[in-house]
Amino acid sequence: MAIHNAHAPGFAHQFEDMEQQREAGSLGMWIFLLTEMMFFGGLFATYIVYRALYLPSFEIGSHLLEVKFGALNTTVLIASSLTMALAIHSAQIGKRSAQVGFLITTMILGAAFLAIKFTFEWRHDYVEHLVPGFGFLIRPEWGAPGAHVPMFFCFYFFMTGLHALHMIIGIGILTVLTVMAHRGKFTPQYYSPLEVSGLYWHFVDIVWIFLFPLLYLIGGRYAGGGH
Amino acid sequence: MSTATLDVHELPAGSRVNYLNAQYGIKSWLLTTDHKRIALLYLGSITLMFFVGGFFAVLMRLHLIEPQGALVQPETYNKLFTMHGVIMVFFFLVPSIPATLGNFLVPMMIGARDLAFPKLNLLSWYIYVIGAIFTLYAVISGGVDTGWTFYTPYSSSFSHTSVIPTALGVFITGFSSILTGLNFVVTIHKMRAPGLTWFRLPLFIWAIYATSIIFILGTPVIAITLFLLFLERVLHIGIFDPAIGGDPILFQHLFWFYSHPAVYIMILPGMGVMSELITCFSRKRIFGYSFVAFSSLAIAIISFLVWGHHMFVTGQSIYAGLVFSVLSFLVAIPSAVKVFNWTATLHKGSISYDAPMLYALGFIGLFTMGGLTGLFLASLATDVHLNGTYFIVAHFHYIMVGGAVMAYLGGIHFWWPKITGRLYPDGWARFAALVIFVGFNLTFFPQFMLGYLGMPRRYAVYPSEFQVLNVMSSAGASILGIGYLIPLIYLTWSMRYGPTAGPNPWGAKGLEWTTPSPPPTENFEEIPVVTEEAYDYAHSTVTRG
Repeated sequence: MAIHNAHAPGFAHQFEDMEQQREAGSLGMWIFLLTEMMFFGGLFATYIVYRALYLPSFEIGSHLLEVKFGALNTTVLIASSLTMALAIHSAQIGKRSAQVGFLITTMILGAAFLAIKFTFEWRHDYVEHLVPGFGFLIRPEWGAPGAHVPMFFCFYFFMTGLHALHMIIGIGILTVLTVMAHRGKFTPQYYSPLEVSGLYWHFVDIVWIFLFPLLYLIGGRYAGGGH
Repeated sequence: MSTATLDVHELPAGSRVNYLNAQYGIKSWLLTTDHKRIALLYLGSITLMFFVGGFFAVLMRLHLIEPQGALVQPETYNKLFTMHGVIMVFFFLVPSIPATLGNFLVPMMIGARDLAFPKLNLLSWYIYVIGAIFTLYAVISGGVDTGWTFYTPYSSSFSHTSVIPTALGVFITGFSSILTGLNFVVTIHKMRAPGLTWFRLPLFIWAIYATSIIFILGTPVIAITLFLLFLERVLHIGIFDPAIGGDPILFQHLFWFYSHPAVYIMILPGMGVMSELITCFSRKRIFGYSFVAFSSLAIAIISFLVWGHHMFVTGQSIYAGLVFSVLSFLVAIPSAVKVFNWTATLHKGSISYDAPMLYALGFIGLFTMGGLTGLFLASLATDVHLNGTYFIVAHFHYIMVGGAVMAYLGGIHFWWPKITGRLYPDGWARFAALVIFVGFNLTFFPQFMLGYLGMPRRYAVYPSEFQVLNVMSSAGASILGIGYLIPLIYLTWSMRYGPTAGPNPWGAKGLEWTTPSPPPTENFEEIPVVTEEAYDYAHSTVTRG
């Protein structure tokens, strides 16, 4: 029988030992990410159906997005995944100040992503009358496919909005982790909250990696087409 | 914390500390992380929802006593069947066995102290309650009339009823299912007692595991679908609205991608209960353990591939229809494996007809009828005739009520002594089981005939030649209603006045019967070590009492 180490920091009574607890936490997060995959998956599947039905409209919509901001945000997020991984590594080798530093950097990068998304992109879309439900204007130069451009923007706002919501939750989690790390809760023996939150953060990044081409890069933007 | 801890001197002699008396006070319940207490919280809330949903059913059956409708306006009738469906499906059937018996039994059956994530478990109950409040608010604020399926574009653009609070309620309660499923899968994987290998697990655990997989993979899809519906209705933008090029059939695809597997969420745990009851009351090891175990997983997997059979006549391609028809027939195989194996277990068993066993035997017959009539509906040609009639209503009630509810009640009666430490009056329990069986058949068998004769479902009026069968059905519903009230009364009575139950009143196998009734907070004084197969009644020395 395993030793019942009731006094280890962060140990929960229902488990036999720390190893079992760590494995349970990790499996739990993987399963949660599976549910997230199905959640976004429903949206992606719907997107694919309409992209196939209304490709010309989706191209018009896609070309109205600012690809430079999307690309910048992709870089920001990938960088934040790196700092997240470094924060976990710092916990594994027992460096507290590095942990805190990397966690804060991750938060700043996440916040930068949201700032770019909301203040540059979404505000710009609003000014240009590209928000369905809030004075969307179908422009005459789009021609016949213009009728379904609002559909593209529905998806654009649903998908990036849902992603942004996950980012906000992620930043909330990072805040808690930063406080915990600052108080020295994590040791090379116990860092599983950091590890499973890292899984979540990487997942949210990967969702963006799929969203970016699906939304911003339709229809050979720079290959002689476009506007 | 003001929760009083136990003062042993206040207890009568011979009492010991268990999960019920370890702490007192409302706070000790609302903030508990004990899976057994959370199971009881769920039991209370879903029982309430069951009777709310049942109330709407009673009103419907009363209305249909007369061909022109005896009770309400047609608009109100639409709301009655919608609220009945929404509440019974999402707030009773889906959480019924997993959230109550599953919550109570999973840790006990696998020899664990609690689920892997006790706080998450409590959170899932709160999420359920919040979802239920939204839905009950919808009932009070005028009801909803879309049918439980929320088909667009009626739900998104035309219905003037409380679609938004209802859809939000269902959306929210979905997360309760997801978290419960997640908790079960992790617990079953990581927290089994030493020696408890996968093939020594009780079949109830296999069934709950398969159910949890559907929770995890299916529920997020209905969540996103209802969220899209919600946005479409609130912001008047959207993707299911044909006016801006949306496809309402796509909504149906997404809806049934969850809601067909959800049918198996409702029946699989019942099948798990069945394997426990049949073995215990025929004192035999289950016939073909691994077939029963794998048939649960097979049902879970195939359930994700058959959703199109709900859409044979709604304009999906004929080839899709053919494929979905064939795949739907496949579900019959693992289902039949289970029924045959239960029957084979009965063969030459030493059978006793206690109340839980009566429910179990009822289940076998009713589930078989429900399943076989499902084959009529899986066939493209007959489905065209039967689709949208009372035949379908009868079919799925044979599965959902004749199957899932019978198993639920059988399970409640089986584990009640373990849960409460009390015995209920056996005569009343057997009587209620018979009343329910008779009431059920009288309610729903005439509906097969009505449907075959062409009476459409969801209509508030009908031609007068259907009256006799409708009156029979309504009479059956009142018997069924009484049948459900009797256990409510004697089970409540037994909690205070019932004779004390020993640790194992049925002489059953399984780890949950090795601890006292009611179990201590930590379930087991010492984590057990398992050395034998499940249902090893042949070598059992355990006796009843």
